[in-house]
Amino acid sequence: MDDLLLVAWTLLKVLLITIPLILSVAFYTLAERRVIGYMQVRMGPMHIGPWGLLQPFADVFKMLFKELVVPTNADRFLYVLAPLLALAPAFAAWAVVPFDQGIALSQIDAGLLYLLAMTSLGVYGVILAGWASNSKYAFLGAMRSAAQIVSYEIAMGFALVGVLIAAGSLNLEKIVMAQSGNLGFLEWFWLPLLPLFLVYLISGVAETNRAPFDVAEGESEIVAGFHVEYSGSAFAVFFLAEYANMILISFLTALLFMGGWLSPFQGLIGGPLGAPSPIWLLAKAVFFMFCFLWFRATFPRYRYDQIMRLGWKIFIPITIVWIAVAAVLVVMGVLERGA
Amino acid sequence: MVVEQILFFALGSLLLLAGLGVVTLKNPVHAAMSLVLTFFTSSMLWILLRAEFLGIVLILVYVGAVMVLFLFVVMMLDINTTPLREGFARYLPVGGLVAALMAAQMVAVLSSKHFGFDNFAPPAPVIEGSNTEALGMELYTNYVYPFEIAAVILLVAIVAAITLTHRKREGSKTQDINRQVQVRRDDRVRIVKVASESSEGHGA
Repeated sequence: MDDLLLVAWTLLKVLLITIPLILSVAFYTLAERRVIGYMQVRMGPMHIGPWGLLQPFADVFKMLFKELVVPTNADRFLYVLAPLLALAPAFAAWAVVPFDQGIALSQIDAGLLYLLAMTSLGVYGVILAGWASNSKYAFLGAMRSAAQIVSYEIAMGFALVGVLIAAGSLNLEKIVMAQSGNLGFLEWFWLPLLPLFLVYLISGVAETNRAPFDVAEGESEIVAGFHVEYSGSAFAVFFLAEYANMILISFLTALLFMGGWLSPFQGLIGGPLGAPSPIWLLAKAVFFMFCFLWFRATFPRYRYDQIMRLGWKIFIPITIVWIAVAAVLVVMGVLERGA
Repeated sequence: MVVEQILFFALGSLLLLAGLGVVTLKNPVHAAMSLVLTFFTSSMLWILLRAEFLGIVLILVYVGAVMVLFLFVVMMLDINTTPLREGFARYLPVGGLVAALMAAQMVAVLSSKHFGFDNFAPPAPVIEGSNTEALGMELYTNYVYPFEIAAVILLVAIVAAITLTHRKREGSKTQDINRQVQVRRDDRVRIVKVASESSEGHGA
């Protein structure tokens, strides 16, 4: 009986995370079109609902009612499985994301490792979609994506090792609490780990296959890359996974480098402005989500060899050097290691 | 406890099925995906044994990196299953002999007194709390020399693999980023003043 109650309670908590997440994805797509619209001096969608607010729902219904076309000679089983394999890790990763002190679906000690494992699984959806579609363009997209994600995962993992050294824990809540102090936002890890912070943010863009690293899709080169053959709801699932991943990376950047729910004025001023609150976390995550859109509107797509060069020859050496620097900082006592 | 047992049997049978799939499926991509499922379920079993660090690292390393590269290669194969069946009858005696030997060895080990719950009780959790930290402490203090030696052997293996496969090819073109960055406008562009043909504005 107790087990059943636990399962029901956990299911409820899962729904409490996933439903807001799906809604955020819906409005994130709208925000993307509006924000990029304004950046390019046009309006973006504005006719459906007030300020175009109902546009995402119109899109979803359109997608759901479209026919699901399976190409001839496609590997049917893997073709249908691929979108699910892309979506599942994007959602599963949220299990360990804390939203405030003590508020997380699961407080595991190896939280950071779990996140790294989950984000590394997303590539299977892309690879299998490209292969199972039995299409040249989709296959090219899958190949590019596989190489890109494997390369940037190393830089991303090393950036997280720096955080691990600075915080002394793999538990996400402890990592956030290790950033508390009396100097406001100067206590957060972005300052001592500045190169790692930048590497993580840029690798995050590359891992989610977003512009300027969206060679896996590359509309102007290989049509739409790995999901060129997908239609209707299967395409919508890829879309959902991509945006859920972007929101996840934004939250993680906020948690790991920007102090999570800690106030930027912590210790400097009292009152509600200096107190930790989930609203701070949300504000920081929304800022990084905005950055994703900003990058897309600003930078032209990287050439493929430039992406590989950036990942292997620039990011990985930077992270290796800075891990050593972080270790020295901790040993010298400059960087206070959280208990 | 009941939930743990249900999970164990579900994951265990899935593991066996996936393992069977690796060797029986004809399509190499399907077989590789079965191997992914095998790794995944065995990692779940490790986590059930409270070895969460090892379990997650198994997913991270094998599923997240090694198998992606595996698939990368396997996907480029021209899949044609008919040649695989050629010579089945010819190799059957040798293959059957090897299989029988392996089966006999496994029976000898699994049914003997060296195996099973009666002889070995399930291990009690040795470590309280985070086993990541405990593992790190052991690895970097008591076992630091074996650890370093293993690291050096792996490094040698990487260097060997690269030197064996990396050959200078004739006619391959690469970009020298330093030279690209150092380019000045005057190296590439020459501005020529050309007298306009008509004095009546431009275009024409």
